[in-house]
Amino acid sequence: MIELRVNGETHQLDIDPQMPLLWALREHVGLTGTKYGCGIGQCGACTVHLGGAAVRSCSVPVSAAADQDITTIEGLADGPRGAVGSAVQQAWQDLDVVQCGFCQSGQIMQATALLATDPAPDDAAIDTNMTGNICRCATYARIRRAIHKAAQALG
Amino acid sequence: MSNPKIVNLSRRRFLKSSTGAAAGLTLGVWLPARGQMAGPERVAGPGMAGGGAAAAGDFAPNAFVRIATDDNVTVVCKHLEMGQGTFTGLPTLVAEELDARWAQIQPEGAPVDAERYNNLFWGSVQGTGGSTAIANAFEQMRKAGAAARAMLVGAAAARWQVPAAEITVVDGVVSHPKSGNSATFGELAVAAAEQPVPDEPKLKAPSEFKLIGKAFLPRKDSKAKCTGVAQFTQDVRLPNMLTACVAHPPRFGAKVRGFDASAAEAVPGVVEAVAIPSGVAVLAYDFWSAQQGRNALTVDWDESDAFKQGSKEILADYRRRAKEPGKTVTRVGDAEAALAAAATVVEAEYSVPFLAHAAMETMDCVITPDADGGVRVVNGEQFQTIDQQAVAEVLGLEPEQVRIEMLYAGGSFGRRANPQSDYLVEAAHIFKAAGGKTSVKLIWTREDDTRAGFYRPLYLHKVRAGLDADGKPVAWQHRIVGQSIITGTAFEPALVVDGIDQTSVEGAKELPYAIPNRHLDLHSPELPVPVQWWRAVGSTHTAFAVECMMDELAAAAGTDPVDFRVALMGEHPRERDVLKLAAQQGGWYDPPLAEGRGRGIAVHKSFGSHVGMVAEVTLDDDNGFSVDRVVIAVDCGTVVNPDVVVAQMEGGMGFGLSAALMSEITLVDGAVQQSNFHDYLVLRMDKMPEVEVHIVPSNEAPTGVGEPATPVIAPAVANALAAATGKRYHQLPLERAA
Repeated sequence: MIELRVNGETHQLDIDPQMPLLWALREHVGLTGTKYGCGIGQCGACTVHLGGAAVRSCSVPVSAAADQDITTIEGLADGPRGAVGSAVQQAWQDLDVVQCGFCQSGQIMQATALLATDPAPDDAAIDTNMTGNICRCATYARIRRAIHKAAQALG
Repeated sequence: MSNPKIVNLSRRRFLKSSTGAAAGLTLGVWLPARGQMAGPERVAGPGMAGGGAAAAGDFAPNAFVRIATDDNVTVVCKHLEMGQGTFTGLPTLVAEELDARWAQIQPEGAPVDAERYNNLFWGSVQGTGGSTAIANAFEQMRKAGAAARAMLVGAAAARWQVPAAEITVVDGVVSHPKSGNSATFGELAVAAAEQPVPDEPKLKAPSEFKLIGKAFLPRKDSKAKCTGVAQFTQDVRLPNMLTACVAHPPRFGAKVRGFDASAAEAVPGVVEAVAIPSGVAVLAYDFWSAQQGRNALTVDWDESDAFKQGSKEILADYRRRAKEPGKTVTRVGDAEAALAAAATVVEAEYSVPFLAHAAMETMDCVITPDADGGVRVVNGEQFQTIDQQAVAEVLGLEPEQVRIEMLYAGGSFGRRANPQSDYLVEAAHIFKAAGGKTSVKLIWTREDDTRAGFYRPLYLHKVRAGLDADGKPVAWQHRIVGQSIITGTAFEPALVVDGIDQTSVEGAKELPYAIPNRHLDLHSPELPVPVQWWRAVGSTHTAFAVECMMDELAAAAGTDPVDFRVALMGEHPRERDVLKLAAQQGGWYDPPLAEGRGRGIAVHKSFGSHVGMVAEVTLDDDNGFSVDRVVIAVDCGTVVNPDVVVAQMEGGMGFGLSAALMSEITLVDGAVQQSNFHDYLVLRMDKMPEVEVHIVPSNEAPTGVGEPATPVIAPAVANALAAATGKRYHQLPLERAA
């Protein structure tokens, strides 16, 4: 049995300890907002917060995530980074960042983690921090603007 | 449409058909779609999948609009939302004519039913592609909204005993100012359903538009996609569903000779391994187990008929073929003689590699049995009519027994409109091999998605062009070599004309430049590498060759590249005007850039839309470069959602920039060398330039915006690099060339 604390709730899971956190969340906890894009930590679609930091859940064995607070896109607004996360989600909607939307859970989780540690990032900091998150619709220009907008809203 | 020539060059002529004949509103009282609702409840979340039935008391005047007594207006969208904004654009058209409140409108995907939901540019085929969604449905969806409005007004007039002409509709409220009566749509819904359906509802004049082309209307899918609740195929979970992973052949054309599944079936969670035509599928209770099981499979591949050439050999073969004449596509004047007499001849060879679509959501599909023996197919469905037939054939069903639910697609870029329905057929084979009683979800890994096809073909272009003594172009001889994406598919009768695949030559067949002597010919070698349209199709390679050569010619003539083009564009004012607008806005006439920097320009028309682009590059110390700024001018006729147009220009350019800079699929001994995003390189945030978009105001018919920005960026960047370095760039991706 592995115990996972996800979005403030505890789940007892009888699964392979080597199963990536991504698949435990998606198929055993039932939270599908976190996406599979590459499985090797190259695209960022699976980004969640583990102990407050952005991680690629496809590359974290579920056993390594036990006993830590995990936040997914579903719990972002009500979680420990709720104020920042809500501002990011709002800025994303104000600027209509999304296109296909498949990568955006990961983008929003990554951007929230960035703003939580750097409340006013410049473009270079945004580029450095967001480059691990691929968007094939290439919404990058709007992601940059939305991060600035969220930063301003958070003052 | 305004220019029938475009029809010939785009994907609009799918299957020979009565294009445009069915342009009217499909009227009739809403019924659950025939063959669609016979089975269990639909599986997907609210507002995301098709086939919803009207509840008692709902007003559903036609196949596209449903008004509930709670005042919610559902707009049934016949086109897939894969990011391009259809679930915002199509409802905008209805909301405009209905005078609804934007907030009360909810989109819903249409069920499979080509009688009602066909693409009006594709005859009897239901599907999405070719940047046609807004263009084909522009009047149809407005009529749907106008008919519903007229019926609401009729119901109000009867209820209040006042003339219909005195009734107004504003923001979802029906009012009679003289009497002070007013009612919401919901309050009138039941009575409106009893009103006669108007045959030809009156549409607004463009001057009366309140939403079309005007407002920023928030995307309807934005919130769901920002909060993780938007449902994609990957997210579908059904009772007792099995997940499948497939071992695909290591080379195209290889077959399974045999396999040992003992290790795979020993993996906890794995149920069984089954042979299917495209490989061996492992079925398990979850994805992780299925993937572990697949990795544990031992497959004996028969590669005796497998394709074993590499990209280098293919390119060398194409170069040999390019020495011989191909099938003539266009012959105007006498290019050969004009070249012989030309004062200057410029000659260049351009090549582009195979490309994967690499949508963020890998190919996936759910098939679930219905109680009546039919099945339900759930996926980011782009090609309903084709896919329905293909799945029915595998399962031995009638097409109408295959119900399809259309979920959001996590990108497609053409991939989910596969003429062979490849991944749906694969899912059907797995479903069948597993007994046909259990729900099956096929998920391709990123490695499958990268290695199993289908690709934008590798292409070679050779262009020889001549200038007279005044530096004016007098001859253009152009030879194209590359696989047909159409031959052998159901689209061959429509799109291969006199042996010429029109998609291979679109963008090169018609030039916006007046050149008196032109000859274009084509070789279409057949290879077993699976190929398919890729966002912007033929233009992805023709625009590169044509616009780079125009730049080389301008340089040879000693003329400014904009002036050189404009002088030849008298008969193509819309291309000319976007070129000039891009130049003006893109700083073309500013002081020259510092050394080590360069500005390049390109213009191209595709899918009826005209796009001009200026790119600025800066060279770095390591033989590399960056693209710093891109300015885009677009003329796509009437604009429905200006911000969606801007977004498609930004994103379409960014998608093309991946191909321009770094993406390539290469074969060695027939094996695909790339497998995932660490070696199939795509644009990331750090290389996204600043983008600026300028829209040309227009009252012309609306044309598409999903694709037309994509092909223009590669020549703009190549020309900018040439300006910065003095060298010419003939191969994509440019980072390899640089």
